[in-house]
Amino acid sequence: MYKFALAGNPNSGKTTLFNALTGSTAHVGNWPGVTVDKREGTYRKTDEPVLVVDLPGIYSLSPYTQEEVIARNYILDERPDCVINIIDATNLERNLYLTTQIMEIDVPIVIALNMIDVVEKRGDNIDVKELERRLKIPVIKISALKGKNVDKLMERALESCKQKRKGETVIENQELRHLIGDVKIALEGQGVKDPLFHAVKLAELDELEVVMHEGTVSMVQNFKKTFSDTTFGDDFEGLVADGRYKYITKYFSPTLKRKNAEKFVVTPSDKADKVLTHKIWGIPIFLLILFAIFHVTFSENFLYLGAFISPEWVSLAGTPFEGVFGAGAINSPGVSLMGLVEVLTGFITEAVAGWLAPSPEWVQGLVLDGFLGGIFAVLGFLPQILVLFLCFSILEDSGYMARIAFILDRMLRKFGLSGRAFLPMIMGFGCSVPAIMNTRTLADDKEKIATIRVIPFFSCGAKLPILTAVAGAIVASANVGNVDLITYGMYLLGVLTALISVLLMRSTSLKGETPPFIMELPAYHLPQFRNLMVLLWEKAKHFIQKAFTIILASTIVIWFISHFSFHWEFLPDESIDQSILANVSMLLQPIFTPVGFGSQLSQSGWVFVVACITGLIAKENVVSTLGTLAGCLSLTFVGDESGVSAVSTMITATGITVPALLSFIAFNMTTIPCFATVAAAKGELHGKRTFNFTLLFWIATSFIVSSAVYVIGSWWWTSFIYLAVVVVIFLLFKLKKIVKRG
Amino acid sequence: MQKTLDKFIVGESGVVVKVEGERKLKRRLYDMGITNGAEIYLRKKAPLGDPLEITVRSYELSLRKAEASCVTMEVKHV
Repeated sequence: MYKFALAGNPNSGKTTLFNALTGSTAHVGNWPGVTVDKREGTYRKTDEPVLVVDLPGIYSLSPYTQEEVIARNYILDERPDCVINIIDATNLERNLYLTTQIMEIDVPIVIALNMIDVVEKRGDNIDVKELERRLKIPVIKISALKGKNVDKLMERALESCKQKRKGETVIENQELRHLIGDVKIALEGQGVKDPLFHAVKLAELDELEVVMHEGTVSMVQNFKKTFSDTTFGDDFEGLVADGRYKYITKYFSPTLKRKNAEKFVVTPSDKADKVLTHKIWGIPIFLLILFAIFHVTFSENFLYLGAFISPEWVSLAGTPFEGVFGAGAINSPGVSLMGLVEVLTGFITEAVAGWLAPSPEWVQGLVLDGFLGGIFAVLGFLPQILVLFLCFSILEDSGYMARIAFILDRMLRKFGLSGRAFLPMIMGFGCSVPAIMNTRTLADDKEKIATIRVIPFFSCGAKLPILTAVAGAIVASANVGNVDLITYGMYLLGVLTALISVLLMRSTSLKGETPPFIMELPAYHLPQFRNLMVLLWEKAKHFIQKAFTIILASTIVIWFISHFSFHWEFLPDESIDQSILANVSMLLQPIFTPVGFGSQLSQSGWVFVVACITGLIAKENVVSTLGTLAGCLSLTFVGDESGVSAVSTMITATGITVPALLSFIAFNMTTIPCFATVAAAKGELHGKRTFNFTLLFWIATSFIVSSAVYVIGSWWWTSFIYLAVVVVIFLLFKLKKIVKRG
Repeated sequence: MQKTLDKFIVGESGVVVKVEGERKLKRRLYDMGITNGAEIYLRKKAPLGDPLEITVRSYELSLRKAEASCVTMEVKHV
């Protein structure tokens, strides 16, 4: 089977092309660096299927970032039959810079000139014939988004891969060419593959090459001694880069014929940018957008219309949909959808309960509590997770995310991070796993470690049920506060914890210079409806799959070990306290005393311990476990209700206090995240020590933060003690700085 | 007149004369198209005055003042 690699600049439409070719639904975004690992798919429209590999987006083949090394090594070592170099036609010069590097490898190449429709719509034109003639590489105009010409592209690629191709360089500087030529001959003599590519990189004294070809380095170094350029001195890396761009401006740039010769034309994207990154309004607009997203997802008083309408209009009293669209005020889309799902799951549970009525008690328990109770408690949150995810996808797809990094860079620098680190962090609100994988785009290792550690504090979609269920129960049964307020507050607590821990890490164990911030700001575009729907569908599928596999399995296991004693006898719900689960958890329970849900709770208090532990498998488990156990603790509890009633049941059964409940949320938000996230973190954190320390950091943070929540919540005046501690730590830092300077 | 890019005022443009700094940073600037002879236009500054947004090789790039100070420019008079 032929193997084609897709290479190109970040944000050049590579992933879109990959999806068009393979019919896959990989994640596409509008900010640089969405693809951080290579991905494979199959193109099936030719007689013989072709394996297509999507490489991470890169600007260059330098040795300095991980993505560049991944892409470079793939082309050199895996030897694809053809490299499809995708080029953003709206950004010709910088995109061709990468081409001039790939060209030096002895591999067949075709160029996919993407977004040419945008260029032509402007009335501009690119002379493809001239480009082909200069590059000696086929150039095909495509539109990855509309799928235009992609089959033609593959045809040309198949033709090209049947012929051998020798690498060529565009560097014109005579002396440099001389050196490269000599090194190339030397490398050829050693039987090195792709001699030209290695010769050029060796001339640059590229870190990776110097190690690989130690014997040949002296050639370059000797040459260097005799050489000095008027502007570059002996900086060959600069000379080579300069040579590439010189060639591009000389020969390739003229292929673009502009209709408007004027250089800086104001596009709609520029107009949008003017408002969104405005000097004064930029930050307020960002905060407003963030607030709007949470409002659309969680609010039970949508657009604050509650004051203007009469509750009877929307409450639909007497119908099965009572309260779905609002009770007293209008529900936001997120809350309304959640209500609809609850109506549906309630209906199913009732039907199943009626159907199972004649069967033995344990079958009813297993199906209603173990099976449905657990799963429905989680599925009920799917709509809100999707709404939240949709909003963040729109931000990302439109290009606004990159501007957020631009706006906030200055602030994040105070915490020792670059604006770039903000992107993976905000992605964490959706799911920590892709967020952690995305930290690969951070060039600085210490910044990356710090970012990975705090990503879980940006409460993800799976933690949302914990928040809303517990907050809902606090309001419903303890009659304190307001669901919105508690939810927002907890999100804020997570963000604050993240910022403070980053600050502490960056000034102690992960000390270092703030890494540079050099980032492309892609043009804004309207989010693609299809793209968004694909994303939503993927997310929903992933969530439902998880609900029916990992979560279902865990709820059933929980049900079993909570209904059997150590002597393997079945226990009815009333004697759940003698179960295996209860016994083990009671052993662990004292550990949680400092955070409010340990020994101070009554007999059934161990349920919260169980929930925290099952949460390590998947955070959705926290609420589903409570759902399963609530069915056992309260005989009147029916599994058809969302996590709110499950937690309410727990409040009555255990006598847990409101501060302890808040601490429970905080604990689950900041403790060791789910398996999948831990695995992703392990993959990104190199070195066992760093990883172990990260686990330790999560445990410590969760205990510190949640115990603070519990203690301050229970005895408000203790906040002064905490404040004093913070002030002392702050002063110590200041003192250290002054001593250092003095 | 020559000055470094971080000293530019919004709306000014010029041509790159020299790029200095630590090797890795320099390479990154080169890779992004900031090489000798490249035209740069300072579009705007972020709400807090830093980073900067420039147009180089007809695309938008954001970089901090600290990085911009490595780039010496010949100011173009309009």
